[in-house]
Amino acid sequence: MVDTINKNLVSFLEEKATELRINILKMIHAAQSGHPGGALSAAEIITTLYCHEMRINLDNQRDPDRDRFILSKGHACPVLYSVLAMKGFFPIEELATLRKINSRLQGHPDMKKTPGVDFTTGSLGNGLSIGIGMALMGKLDKKDFRVYVMLGCGELDEGIVWEAFMAGTKFKLDNLVVIIDYNKLQLDGDNDEVMPLEPIVDKLEAFNWNVIRTNGHDFNQIIKAFAKARETHNKPTVIVADTIKGKGVSFMENKVDWHGLAPDDEQLKIALEEIRGS
Amino acid sequence: MYKLGDSIPTRNAYGDTLVELGRKNDQIVVFEADIGKSTRSAIFGKEFPERYFNIGVAEQNEMAIAAGAASCGKIVFVSTYAVFASMRACEQVRTFVAYPHVNVKICVSHGGITPANDGVTHQATEDLGIMRTIPGMTVIMPADAVSTRELVIAATQWDGPIYLRLTRDGVPVIYNEETSFKIGKGILLREGKDITIIAIGDMVSKALDARDILSKQGILAEVIDMHTIKPLDESIILDSVRKTGGVVTVEDHQVECGLGSAVSEFLGENYPIPIQRIGLRNTFAESGEYELLLKKYKMSVDDIISGCFKVVGRKKKKR
Repeated sequence: MVDTINKNLVSFLEEKATELRINILKMIHAAQSGHPGGALSAAEIITTLYCHEMRINLDNQRDPDRDRFILSKGHACPVLYSVLAMKGFFPIEELATLRKINSRLQGHPDMKKTPGVDFTTGSLGNGLSIGIGMALMGKLDKKDFRVYVMLGCGELDEGIVWEAFMAGTKFKLDNLVVIIDYNKLQLDGDNDEVMPLEPIVDKLEAFNWNVIRTNGHDFNQIIKAFAKARETHNKPTVIVADTIKGKGVSFMENKVDWHGLAPDDEQLKIALEEIRGS
Repeated sequence: MYKLGDSIPTRNAYGDTLVELGRKNDQIVVFEADIGKSTRSAIFGKEFPERYFNIGVAEQNEMAIAAGAASCGKIVFVSTYAVFASMRACEQVRTFVAYPHVNVKICVSHGGITPANDGVTHQATEDLGIMRTIPGMTVIMPADAVSTRELVIAATQWDGPIYLRLTRDGVPVIYNEETSFKIGKGILLREGKDITIIAIGDMVSKALDARDILSKQGILAEVIDMHTIKPLDESIILDSVRKTGGVVTVEDHQVECGLGSAVSEFLGENYPIPIQRIGLRNTFAESGEYELLLKKYKMSVDDIISGCFKVVGRKKKKR
């Protein structure tokens, strides 16, 4: 268990998350299409994964021993593309090609086109099952790689997610960590309005997962949650991360309209000022 | 291993072959959706429990898990019934198996009306069409136990996804073990000159029966086993129809989108000739004995024969 987290690490991660947010907004602005809300809410979690938690191998991108990440909420891919570019999987300039014809950066993540994407996603609800397949093979081959799956809260409406939660328990996949980006909004409105999820922690505990509730914007808490997951044996971990949709841009925060809307020139300018200022 | 003329459900050959493959290749893993005793994947599970994963009655989950497993370099077999793999898990097949082109071999029992008395819920009569429209998918239905074994072995060497459909009920063994099978290459079973019968799966033996009767009535039919409908063996079709000038297709499936459509589409664009499709026509079947269902739904040997007469008649008119 990590009791004290290096302050330098946290400020390093904070810097990286800011960089991610800037790139997210710029690329969605360039595309004039995409999903800023759910990309911004995931920035700290994704930063922690790629800049601290996960074992990646840039020299051998498909290294069979690498940790895997599956962005089940595929529409939030600007956050993933930003971190992959930042890590060096492809040039930063390429982010401006998001959603454009002949681009390697598809509207939703594509493992065949984008370096660093571990599995194709975008049709909601499927990422956890895919991660279970990977984690199972890791166990079978006695490899020590870990599998991380980020779910959106809206996609918990899908039945297959709960099929997968059952399977995770059955196969005792302690090499698997799910992070729920719990921003409490989905395309049509509040979770509560569209399809209530609560009591979410109770439900996940009833499925016999190791459940950790955390603030998804607090690096100290996120780092600790991943560390706790590593110490848990014989069952998978799910981190319920409370987040704010559109986090970092005042006029986007908690606004359902920013689920799938691109900022115009003026909005981008204000948004970038806010992010750089904070 | 399988004797000519014996009636063997092709799912049995699938289970036997899986075990055989499992002994040779430790990269083969199998996923099942709680019907392993029926799909025969349980035979594999008994010998290789560590490589056999029962996902429960959850085919979507099964398919997506299989896709994830395949991305780790495994040769992954997915067992369930044809209706569930092709329809319940259709999107998982399309988006997470076919689109990333991962090595998942979807081997499904209860194809067509072969789960006869189970009724419509368990009869897959649209699956070949659904699978055939998915880019990059390979779609196969072997005619008997021998070809099932050969094609399941070939599937493990094939790069990318495969949908391979099996029968619940017994079908006669029509091949000896010397025949060689290639995915995407049809088999010329009988030579003829008056008409070409192209059949798939359980209907191949019916086509052979029809040929025997037709030959006594003065019509010499060529019979092709088109075990792979995608990619379609276009050259075997062309070679045959240049000789015969007419085609009857026979499939245990809706006439839309399956073998009949595949052959019609190809010939329509390249070599238009009279054609008749035998299969279900915009109807579901029902519970009942297999042979009686074939009769009631106009897919019997007699229907193949009258289809052939129709085409031969139209050929004459054309002249």
